[in-house]
Amino acid sequence: MHHCQEQVRRAIHDYKMLEADQRVLVAVSGGKDSLALWHILSQLGYEVDGLYLGLGIADYSQASAERARKFATRESLKLHEIDLPRDVGFGVVTGAKIAKRAPCSACGLSKRHLFNQAAVQLGYPTLATGHNLDDEAAVLFGNTMRWDEEYLARQFPVLEASNGFVRKIKPLVRLGEREMAAYCVVHEIDYILDECPMAAGNKHLTYKDLLNVLEDRSPGSKAAFLFNFLDRAHQRFADIAVVERSELIPCTVCGSATTAEVCAFCRLQQRACAGTATPVKLSGSIK
Amino acid sequence: MNVLLRNPTRELVISGPTSVEALLGSLQIIAESVIVICNNELVTRDTVLHDADTIEIRAVTSGGSQ
Repeated sequence: MHHCQEQVRRAIHDYKMLEADQRVLVAVSGGKDSLALWHILSQLGYEVDGLYLGLGIADYSQASAERARKFATRESLKLHEIDLPRDVGFGVVTGAKIAKRAPCSACGLSKRHLFNQAAVQLGYPTLATGHNLDDEAAVLFGNTMRWDEEYLARQFPVLEASNGFVRKIKPLVRLGEREMAAYCVVHEIDYILDECPMAAGNKHLTYKDLLNVLEDRSPGSKAAFLFNFLDRAHQRFADIAVVERSELIPCTVCGSATTAEVCAFCRLQQRACAGTATPVKLSGSIK
Repeated sequence: MNVLLRNPTRELVISGPTSVEALLGSLQIIAESVIVICNNELVTRDTVLHDADTIEIRAVTSGGSQ
């Protein structure tokens, strides 16, 4: 398991993710990746707190919140919490249904918006997420299948802070899902084993299955696919990301940077809450 | 041996001895998508499993939103 810490240390060094004394907020889901990441960063000596976002997916959200709290207590780490239904007015399931979005789309949008907003309000310059090598390879596969240049431009282990967005880092980018699950077993980290009930059949999982078949027949394929893109091809799309960021304006509701008058999250909130969208005051709702 | 599978959770009884690789093959499970735990210890693909062992095959693939 020394291997996992070394791979994280190497990712942090290679992509210049963190300074030694920097405060970090980890987006915690109660799953293996985010809890392992929180544990590893803590073991490496970083000042690292967690933020759990309750998505309002009935028993699944309750079970995952319990895992996050239990881990924070065991390791004496600070956990912030936001509850989507309580603090924002809708849960992912109902919100997605009313707004006619796929649940994973509403979930991803809510996470990106609220994790960033919380990091800004709580004064963390950097947000770390548990995206691992398998996640990144699957996203790259999807982006490449569509030749989505804007998404390819944004796909990198570090996204620098700008326009109200904190710095985002993915320190697990060199580690696969099997390694993260094994890390949790060895360190007796109790993570939620069930897959999110809303994720069944989504494209991301299909891409992962396809890449696992490839990896089984040709070990190293996923790492080669991802790291050759990062090393050789990503720079070709970099200008697109610069142009995209220069076109951002503040959302008229919450002030977050967006390409439209009202940002996508506030539009989702408006639809899910019968026309009402108000900026979320996170500081009062975080434990 | 008793074999516990996850996502969805179910239990099987399978005769040993057999290797982890052969067990996964017989269940048509891609080795890259799981870890295998034998009597509470992680095991590799070449480990031989016996009738008295308790096995968990734990799926590791996760994720929806990005």
